[in-house]
Amino acid sequence: MKLNRLRAIAAKEVLQIRRDPRSLMLALLLPVMQILLLGYGVTLDVEHLPVCVYDAEGSQASQALLKRFQASRYFTITQVARDQGQVVAGLDRGTCSLAVVVPADFSRSLAAGGRAELQAIADGTDSNTATLALGYAQAVVAGYSNAVQVRWLAAHGEGSAPLPPLTVQSRVWFNEDLDSRNFIIPGIVALIMALIGAQLTSLTISREWERGTMELLVSTPVTPGEVMLGKLLPYFAIGLFDAALCLVFAVFWFDVPFRGAISTLLFITVLFLMVVLGLGYLISVLIRSQLGASQIALLVTLLPTNLLSGLAFPIDQMPAPIRAITYLVYGRYYVTSLKAIFLKGAGIAELTTPVLIMVSYAAVVTWLAARGFKKKLV
Amino acid sequence: MTVDATTPDRIAVEGLVKRFGEFVALDGVGFRIRAGEIMGFIGPNGAGKSTLIRILCGLLAPTAGRAIVGGIDVARDPEGVREQIGYMSQKFSLYDDLSVMENLRFFAGIYRIPPSQRAERMRFALDMAGLAGREQALVGTLSGGWKQRLALGCAIMHEPRILFLDEPTSGVDPMSRRRFWDLIHTLSAQGVTVLVTTHYMDEAAYCNRIALIDRGRLVIEGTPAELKHHALGGQLLRVEGGELGRLLHDLPGEPGVLDVAAYGNALHVLMHEDADAAASLRHLLARRGLAYARIEPAEPTLEDVFVHMVGVARQPASAP
Ligand SMILES: Nc1ncnc2c1ncn2[C@@H]1O[C@H](COP(=O)(O)OP(=O)(O)OP(=O)(O)O)[C@@H](O)[C@H]1O
Ligand SMILES: [Mg+2]
Repeated sequence: MKLNRLRAIAAKEVLQIRRDPRSLMLALLLPVMQILLLGYGVTLDVEHLPVCVYDAEGSQASQALLKRFQASRYFTITQVARDQGQVVAGLDRGTCSLAVVVPADFSRSLAAGGRAELQAIADGTDSNTATLALGYAQAVVAGYSNAVQVRWLAAHGEGSAPLPPLTVQSRVWFNEDLDSRNFIIPGIVALIMALIGAQLTSLTISREWERGTMELLVSTPVTPGEVMLGKLLPYFAIGLFDAALCLVFAVFWFDVPFRGAISTLLFITVLFLMVVLGLGYLISVLIRSQLGASQIALLVTLLPTNLLSGLAFPIDQMPAPIRAITYLVYGRYYVTSLKAIFLKGAGIAELTTPVLIMVSYAAVVTWLAARGFKKKLV
Repeated sequence: MTVDATTPDRIAVEGLVKRFGEFVALDGVGFRIRAGEIMGFIGPNGAGKSTLIRILCGLLAPTAGRAIVGGIDVARDPEGVREQIGYMSQKFSLYDDLSVMENLRFFAGIYRIPPSQRAERMRFALDMAGLAGREQALVGTLSGGWKQRLALGCAIMHEPRILFLDEPTSGVDPMSRRRFWDLIHTLSAQGVTVLVTTHYMDEAAYCNRIALIDRGRLVIEGTPAELKHHALGGQLLRVEGGELGRLLHDLPGEPGVLDVAAYGNALHVLMHEDADAAASLRHLLARRGLAYARIEPAEPTLEDVFVHMVGVARQPASAP
């Protein structure tokens, strides 16, 4: 490894990035665009979800409950059914994504033991929305039951036995302000960095093969290690810059609480960058066409990070075989770590497992990339 | 005669074979090049010239045979070879999106030219390429001839002892080609060994030695003078006037006729070395009612030699 060769390659790469509009856009514009787009568009908060209600009782109590649904910003009652059949039809036609059915004995059982059941049926075709909708529905019900409890206590005096508390199981699903954005944005940061990191580096070697400049480069005494390090250094700087950009947006624009330490964040981000840049480089080494390399890079970054990292779909809800696959998805470890750092304020000590896995990942990827680069034409 | 790392020649090649799958691109090529010599390889498209150079640069592994470059076996220690060589590939391979100076700086860094000499070496390459004053121009905007000269500049900036130039003058205008060859001669005079390929027959004459390569075989090799006078193995006659097209078709196979080739608006006929070659040919023409055609002895050109030799080399292969 010779420093002057390393410097020559890095300097050349910087010049080429600066003169390539595509690289510049990828490096500087895309992260901002994506974090804004994804941050606003793909946040999984459901608002004004169309709800179909069927009040089989029609009492004051049941109406009070349904009013709470209407008042919630998450729901809009779009249909008032007169029987169970209309409820089913509404769900079938997709005119509502959630149906709330108040049974005929609602206030009676509420008065008897303080326990009442009501039916909430969600349209499961969009499982994500369904899960969220049910969660919000339970929250609304919980609010109602709290109010009932307060009234019960007022009516029966302080000394009386309290009603069994109505706990809402799905609460654990959400962060305290019921804002899925806090949960999703750290994942989006990971997604953007995986995407951009691998996209940028996936072209760096294939471009030289395609343009014919590689033939001359490999005829010089330059070593594969020098080529790799020299080429990756500039992208590493860009990656760190992009990460900082995304994180600043996350904290100051989207108000995601940041409870961890910057140093932990930096450490884990450096690790993740090593993995994605190495991966992009490896792809570039193996596939000598720019188009092919960029497509493959898209495939191995976007897809797994999007679907299997726990970013959009909670890993513990996946079927076992799919869950097993997620252990291979490097993005998962970064997403986990980011969430832990952001929301729980986790330090390195709590993150040893993801850190170790990312270190091994980075090592394997760079080793493969270094070995994969042959100074031969065929 | 075996080739090993102790041979004094700068380049020594023996029994070199390169296969791409079933296809044989090089079929047992052997030659030697001494220090300071300019050796030109001439041959039709697909002859294997670039493949040969790429093997010598360590960019392709030979299937069989040996190649010693600068005293080092290329197959064993390609890196050792790469320290000593400069390479100009057939396809332009500098960075189009970098300026002239940036390209030079890049290769100065890659070849680890000491900082104390760097400015001077870059200036030398720049002047040599005639690009002084255009340092900041993006290479992609340069015309073909200037690109080629810059490529040569980048290839010699680190003062290699051995230069591989793969069709360095293709797409270059005649004036620039002359300049280019002047440069090559200057380098050779300084002791640089040059292996150059070309399609231009007139350029062959600029080389110290020429090798004709066809279908992966080295057909003939020697100095331009040697080739002109011995390679043909017969007497060359020029026929003007008469029905050349018919003669081109009829004459091969007639007694005493070795080879017939069109040459501009005349015909070059190679006859058996014989005191009466011209008379025999006149007789053949007279039989076809073409006695009026003019016959005169012709000074063989390298082109005659190549056309003839390629024909000879291909005959056994095409025989049933
Ligand atoms: N990597 C490769 N894979 C398969 N075949 C190849 C490869 N490289 C070269 N060839 C074939 O080997 C033959 C010789 O190619 P080469 O480029 O050496 O010819 P050349 O003499 O340089 O021709 P030209 O004058 O057109 O440059 C050609 O038929 C070519 O198609
Ligand atoms: Mg060629």
